[in-house]
Amino acid sequence: MIDKVRSHPTQNEPLLFEISSPGKVGYQLPALDVPPVDPEGTLGARNVRAEIEGFPEVSEVEVIRHFTRLSSWNYAIDLGMYPLGSCTMKYNPRLNEMVARLEGLAWGHPYQPETLSQGALEIIAALEGALREVTGMDAVTLQPAAGAHGELTGILLVRALLESRGNPRRKVLVPDSAHGTNPATAAMAGYTVQPIGSGPDGRVDLAALASLVDEETAALMVTNPNTLGVFENGILQAAEILHAKGALVYMDGANMNALVGIARPGDFGVDVMHLNLHKTFSTPHGGGGPGCGPVCVKQHLEPFLPTPRLRRNAGQWGWDYDRPQSIGRVRAFYGNFGVMVRALAYIMAHGGPGLRNATIDAVLNANYLRKRLEPFFDLPYQAPNMHEVVFSDARQAQRGVRTGDIAKRLIDYGFHPYTVSFPLIVHGAMMIEPTETESKQELDLFADALIAIAREVETDPELVKSAPHSTRTSRVDEVAAARKPVLRWRPAPPRQAAD
Amino acid sequence: MLEVCGAGAAEDLFSHLPPDVRLQRPLDLPPGQSEYSIAAQFREWADRTASGYASFLGAGVYAHFRPVVVDTIVSRGEFLTSYTPYQAEISQGTLTAIFEFQSMICQLTGMDVANASMYDGSTAAPEAAMMAVRATGKSRVLTARAVHPEYREVLHTYARYQGLPVAEFGYDPDTGLADLADLEAKLDGDTAAVLLQSPNFFGGIEEVRAIAELTHARGALLVFLFTEAVSLGLLRPPAEADIVAGELQSFAISPSYGGPFAGVIAAKEKFLRQMPGRLAGETKDAAGRRAFCLTLSTREQHIRREKATSNICTNQALVALMATVFMSLYGKQGLRELATQNLAKAHYLAAKLPLRFQAPFFNEFVAQPRGASPEVISARLLERKIIGGLPLGRFYPELDGCLLLCATEMARREQMDSLAEVFA
Repeated sequence: MIDKVRSHPTQNEPLLFEISSPGKVGYQLPALDVPPVDPEGTLGARNVRAEIEGFPEVSEVEVIRHFTRLSSWNYAIDLGMYPLGSCTMKYNPRLNEMVARLEGLAWGHPYQPETLSQGALEIIAALEGALREVTGMDAVTLQPAAGAHGELTGILLVRALLESRGNPRRKVLVPDSAHGTNPATAAMAGYTVQPIGSGPDGRVDLAALASLVDEETAALMVTNPNTLGVFENGILQAAEILHAKGALVYMDGANMNALVGIARPGDFGVDVMHLNLHKTFSTPHGGGGPGCGPVCVKQHLEPFLPTPRLRRNAGQWGWDYDRPQSIGRVRAFYGNFGVMVRALAYIMAHGGPGLRNATIDAVLNANYLRKRLEPFFDLPYQAPNMHEVVFSDARQAQRGVRTGDIAKRLIDYGFHPYTVSFPLIVHGAMMIEPTETESKQELDLFADALIAIAREVETDPELVKSAPHSTRTSRVDEVAAARKPVLRWRPAPPRQAAD
Repeated sequence: MLEVCGAGAAEDLFSHLPPDVRLQRPLDLPPGQSEYSIAAQFREWADRTASGYASFLGAGVYAHFRPVVVDTIVSRGEFLTSYTPYQAEISQGTLTAIFEFQSMICQLTGMDVANASMYDGSTAAPEAAMMAVRATGKSRVLTARAVHPEYREVLHTYARYQGLPVAEFGYDPDTGLADLADLEAKLDGDTAAVLLQSPNFFGGIEEVRAIAELTHARGALLVFLFTEAVSLGLLRPPAEADIVAGELQSFAISPSYGGPFAGVIAAKEKFLRQMPGRLAGETKDAAGRRAFCLTLSTREQHIRREKATSNICTNQALVALMATVFMSLYGKQGLRELATQNLAKAHYLAAKLPLRFQAPFFNEFVAQPRGASPEVISARLLERKIIGGLPLGRFYPELDGCLLLCATEMARREQMDSLAEVFA
């Protein structure tokens, strides 16, 4: 018996190009209040294009229906729990959407005079201040557009500081449990990646760390709590090991939802870190972005932060471009301002005590799920977990059912799957992060669903292996998609008369 | 719940943390506020951010009308509150829209393939340059000086730490267009990419064909950049380019004090494997019905880790959806009409002002006021509630005394007349 969902029809919908017909439009422009111009005459015929072949021609109502029908094929937080580990899919308050659309903020031009931008600049200043307090760091840049962009910025800061000391060094240590962005970032910043193993408790192995850190080590990139949801208890000792050799500690703040108000990276040896405003601070993921990846640093890295920096001068906020030691810009203008607005609204709604309560609820929810699911699924690491918990499919694999199959079957129960097959150190990982915004009712429905699936694995493994059964699209052939990529629509060849 | 967890109090859940990492005091932040007071505070901030001004600023961020339908669509929770579409069976809405986006970008740019979006144009540019570096095995990047100055700054940051030398070639002082002789002199056998923006930062339309010929003759790739996407509705697409990287802010994306925007990279088919970022592809489901999924992810960081084409993960999906809805509404006819209106407005305004360069332009141009400095002109305009153009001396010392001005379909005739009065 599935409590959360029952099937209901969704409408079919072709691609825009397939509903297009010549002459249809979905726009109105005002009458031109200046003399018309002839494009060929004004620009020269060689600069003017022919019509855009294949471009859609549809009416406004067709556009509305098209995208509304497509939207009905998506799962979303607004429909229910979205327990993707390390993604922190929490409720996105709608007030934040409203304030980001206020005219002065939505229509502010980045080059308008600073005297006419004081409201926007105060918002940026307030957010920087709140993030300094939450992280215990000394300075913040909001310029990076997403978490991975923040990572790149952070590692470039490390490089710039070490260069200023005479040697940028060669390698960055990355635990084998890290997100893929960490090694990719280190490579983009010109470093060699040195993987470092986890100990039996899933934490960074301090003895291995001590043996690897040398005068060519630039930094350790550590996620804390790590991707098992386990706090790196040895973080202070790890920082000592790095600092003793002149290396730095970079913290991936993807899991900051476990720490806000409880512990601050600035108090446990971290030199530089990034946050994901689209995780911890509730800005919507929007199907994959936009994000905002602030980078928070200790004072010794501040001179290297990207230009420009916000500063206050004679009672006015403004931008300081005179930053001789800066790594330079990582993005045009000042970053994803609209995302900053939303995150600040979230912080203001919660306040200090509310942010801390959110953390407690996130950790409580994850621990509750752990207790409910532990009798049915293998828990490879026994250390206490924080905001997420990682099981493995070891028991179900004996019946030939893998984590990916269980994930697809969860869809039939009305849930988005957990994060599948990550972290890599857990074979068949099932990584579950409920966040604080789920009620006990929703958590129980989710736990009941996974327990029911565990039973199905015993009685009818094929049912699970061929899931999902209730979606309009059954299991998608990703192998075929990659083998012969079709990445754009093209008109069908004209039909032969003999057809 | 605490009882199930075996905890007496919520605090017990954190008892395993070493005491010396714990924060021993409350966060020094004000208490939580009501919806009403937060909205009031943001209104106050918004009111102190240039409300009620006519603006002739462009320079990479353009004021275009945003059809109401765009926000209707992107405010739907099914799009707004979903994650990256890794679970294809319950993400067909997002995946189908990305596939349509990729298709329309190809149609607009004349390229074979396009990705699902980049952070913005300024980060798409260096990522495109690095694609060219990987594809050619060469390391040097040449950029036109008339590429957006902040894009060039980002390029320098990305390139510097990878040991990629970046050089610039100049513009002709009469036309403001790329100086072909300077380009030819600076192109060498180790050049991987030539970066060219058109319309360029001064609004001028570059001679893309001639520059492509020069570039290809030396075995380098042409990376074509655009900041004003509406221009693609009217201008000849850069079919001779190898890679196209651009900014879609003009497609119904609010200026929003500089972001979030949506960048994109498109390219010829043969560079597909070097492409950074996500791609949606067509396939079938188990019942043989058309379906879409993210594909070719062996290029990406979550599979390839340090060998990935880029570290990009989160992109600008919802913002790219705005652009997709915009392109659907305007369509084949509308995009051309919109671009033609921009052309007419900018040429109406330009005819009243002293121009710095002689070259075909789209909706932006450089004016050189006589008798008064740009600062004095700007101050006088502000008295009339007009934000004039961007003084260029900040980015181009040799153009001190010049202003970059933009007129889109939003510019009204009486505002332009008023601006011209102040110039005269």
